[in-house]
Amino acid sequence: MSITEATTTSVDNGVNVEALLGAREALTAAPPAARFTFSATNEWVNGTHSRTTVEKFFGLGEEQSHRRPYTVDTDHPEIFAAEDNGPTPPEIVLIGLAGCLTAGVASVAQNRGIQLHSVRATVVGSTDLAGILGIDPDVRNGYSSIRVSYQIDADASREELQAVVAQSQKRSAVFDIVTNPTTVVVEVV
Amino acid sequence: MDAARTTDVVVIGGGQAGLAMSHSLTDRSIDHVVLERAEVANSWTTERWDSLRTLTPNWMSRLPGFSYDGDDPNGYMTAGEVAAYLESYRRSFGAPVRTGVEVQRIRTLDRSHVVETSEGPWFARSVVMATGACSQPRVPAIAADLPGNIQQLTPTAYRNPAQVAPGAVLVVGASASGLQIADELSRSGREVTLAVGDHVRLPRTYRGMDIHWWMQTTGLLDERFDEVEDLARARRLPSLQLVGSPEQRDLDLNTAAANGVNPVGRLAGIRAGRAQFSGSFANMCTSADLKQNRLLDEIDEYAASHGLDAEIGPTWRPAPTSVGRPALELDLRSVGSVVWATGFRPTYPWLDESLVDGRGQLVHDGGVLAVPGLYVLGLPFMRRRKSSFIDGVGPDAEELAAHLVGHLERSVAGAA
Repeated sequence: MSITEATTTSVDNGVNVEALLGAREALTAAPPAARFTFSATNEWVNGTHSRTTVEKFFGLGEEQSHRRPYTVDTDHPEIFAAEDNGPTPPEIVLIGLAGCLTAGVASVAQNRGIQLHSVRATVVGSTDLAGILGIDPDVRNGYSSIRVSYQIDADASREELQAVVAQSQKRSAVFDIVTNPTTVVVEVV
Repeated sequence: MDAARTTDVVVIGGGQAGLAMSHSLTDRSIDHVVLERAEVANSWTTERWDSLRTLTPNWMSRLPGFSYDGDDPNGYMTAGEVAAYLESYRRSFGAPVRTGVEVQRIRTLDRSHVVETSEGPWFARSVVMATGACSQPRVPAIAADLPGNIQQLTPTAYRNPAQVAPGAVLVVGASASGLQIADELSRSGREVTLAVGDHVRLPRTYRGMDIHWWMQTTGLLDERFDEVEDLARARRLPSLQLVGSPEQRDLDLNTAAANGVNPVGRLAGIRAGRAQFSGSFANMCTSADLKQNRLLDEIDEYAASHGLDAEIGPTWRPAPTSVGRPALELDLRSVGSVVWATGFRPTYPWLDESLVDGRGQLVHDGGVLAVPGLYVLGLPFMRRRKSSFIDGVGPDAEELAAHLVGHLERSVAGAA
């Protein structure tokens, strides 16, 4: 599909922008309703394999629920002498980042009247295992850098798409989680 | 108790906004007084660093009934020159300024307001708060996490590099103030890290004209508060990365880096003696470059559609911001001083708490408060994009003065 195939139908990326803008207005008027708590329960299976479930969360002042429980298995690959029953946890972070940014791309594009035809992101996280293996104290455990490359086919100029991707980062929860420090408390109860 | 003083309007603050309002009221023959805590243009003489010059060119200093008539219309005034300019303005129409009067409290009675001051109470039917947008530097809560031996400064306390404690300097914030101070400190030989969040970048001149001339000519500066799409966002917009210099030099992250400044991401936290910076730096730069180029595109379209292309210079684009490999951490043991250039907020310590919202911001509609007779003037994008400029406060003052006259007439009619 190309831009020259002028279409008279309105832009539809499957995002209900009116609902989002309505929520923004409603939550501006009622700040406590905007406070959400997301949670997950994790169960060890065996070795490095564990299973995490998300179902309930709290928001709009009351308990909420997904349509059904979702489970994600995480494990380490066979080269680490594990069984590879699922993605590694750091890969889950890449999944979260990509999912969040792409949701933002669709929403921002919808809001700006840009019809998307295809969006493909490649996420590459670079890490040096000398960190988690305790070989070099100067190497961090986490990714030293993450690169996300978007290939987008849409009825918009390259600059407009760059602006959509930039705005998506500005409003992304996972981008913020990954780029900024967050207080994390881990306890045994 | 002092004898009661009575007038129609009390204007609080003897800076550009208070004087503009005084002129608008004088034009309408409305009895008023301007209460100034110190001297006219006090913050320009006591709360600005030595090298500071205005961001707007001298010709762009028009106030109701007054304008620049010096010999350098395209130059930029020093803070002292601004103070002298405002003092000339005061003299030009004999503004009734009472200096050295501190306002303590505003109480609203049935139809009038009592302004309690260090010289006793003033009774007025209307009060205009014109103390500006920069009464208090905004310092983020993480400032409390800094080791106690590190000097902390704000743009209102900063004067020059000699005043800054020995060692490296962390400047937080890359709008006009932060970028200018970081650049000055680096050029004085200091090691400077600059924490950069959301920022707005523009060249000083474009196609031979000052960028503010373009912003005025294309109508951008006259955009009104009741027309702009997202007013809250427009009011939060950081100041432009610009400096007023005789040679009209550009100031952006590229020029600052060339002068030795190390730009890094937004300051995200302080942990175990280290400042941590966000990994979002590249996106901040990309966003600012895109925004800048969109504005320059608009200027080009304006120039083409108004037949200006033959009279002005060729189109060009500033080099994209060079991102490099910004550090994610800074060991604070090497740092002697932190400069918080993280914005300003207006404060109204004399005002009833019910008139501000949960975040301490005054609730107003284009300067008109919910309490009849109370007004505010001089805030960013109060009635138009240029509201906080010397050149922009005049039209706001005129409109509020007209509204105020209506209030005075109504309150008389209501009393009759």
